[in-house]
Amino acid sequence: MPSTILLDIGFMAMLVVVAFSIIRLRSLFAIVMLQGVYSLICAAWFVSLDAVDVAFTEAAVGAGVSTVLMLAAMLLADRDSKPVPMSRQFGPLLVVILAGLAMFYALGDMPAYGDAHSAANSYVGMDYMAKTAEEIHIPNVVTAVLASYRGYDTFGETVVIFSAGLGVLLLLGLNGNAGKWRAQPNGVRISKASAPAARKRPMPKDAPQPTQKPTPKPAAKPKATRKRVTKKTGEKS
Amino acid sequence: MEHFMAYVNLGAALFLLLSMAMMLGRLLIGPTLYDRLLAVNSFGTKTVLFLCVFCFVIGRPDGVDIALLYALMNFIATIAVLKFFRYRALDISLENAHSTQNDRAAE
Repeated sequence: MPSTILLDIGFMAMLVVVAFSIIRLRSLFAIVMLQGVYSLICAAWFVSLDAVDVAFTEAAVGAGVSTVLMLAAMLLADRDSKPVPMSRQFGPLLVVILAGLAMFYALGDMPAYGDAHSAANSYVGMDYMAKTAEEIHIPNVVTAVLASYRGYDTFGETVVIFSAGLGVLLLLGLNGNAGKWRAQPNGVRISKASAPAARKRPMPKDAPQPTQKPTPKPAAKPKATRKRVTKKTGEKS
Repeated sequence: MEHFMAYVNLGAALFLLLSMAMMLGRLLIGPTLYDRLLAVNSFGTKTVLFLCVFCFVIGRPDGVDIALLYALMNFIATIAVLKFFRYRALDISLENAHSTQNDRAAE
């Protein structure tokens, strides 16, 4: 089997390029698309590192769902982000450099890639590998651990995600209300008027109806109140 | 012979990586939104192809199933983005043409 280190290096380089261009670009649509591409590269790289299940989650959540969510969020805000002045970029840069150095410092404690004596390969993990096939007859050990050994844990996670989605749906409204919401902090509309006229329903030919409707209402209301008043006064007298 | 085929597959994977890099370049410099959308879609296709090839490089052909699921996901994501294009106006020029026609018809 040939070494795949060239592929790993290529994926790493592409990840760096995408990350820097996400920071430098100003068009939010391009940034959303780049985030989807970042997830796809991550997924391919995870497969190359033999972590297929992680890769699949990354592709489904990162490239599929979160791209659409980011697009929906972008439609509520502006299309372009304002450039940040240079003086305000040094603090985040310092934080990122420190975090990166901490990662490199922690790298020394990691076991070598594929080490047979690493913590993951020596204690309980070997028990699972040895007994899963006899105990619950599922060939894939990861699936067996997730769905059988830790079944209650997985069930709890599913309930949490379900209730979170339900809460968001209740907040946005289920009766066709979800797409029409606009962000209005302090009464100022921050989004551009982005809904095109294709969404608008064409008005019927007898357009003046809505202007006519309000006029009979004030006329009808005083009549009703007057009647009630007269009735009440009649009862009183 | 076994090793030879593995190296051929690895070369194919490297070329796919190269084409992914080219798609990335189109995505970065793409002047219009449609260029970028097509670049992302093509990038997803390249990822699927890469997975198919890579599964044969490491000698585990069952990974082709995962590649199939990636293809489905890529398709659905592209459809979703296009739907946003059509109904929520990401690029105004086409939509303006439609809206003026509709407004005239309404008036």
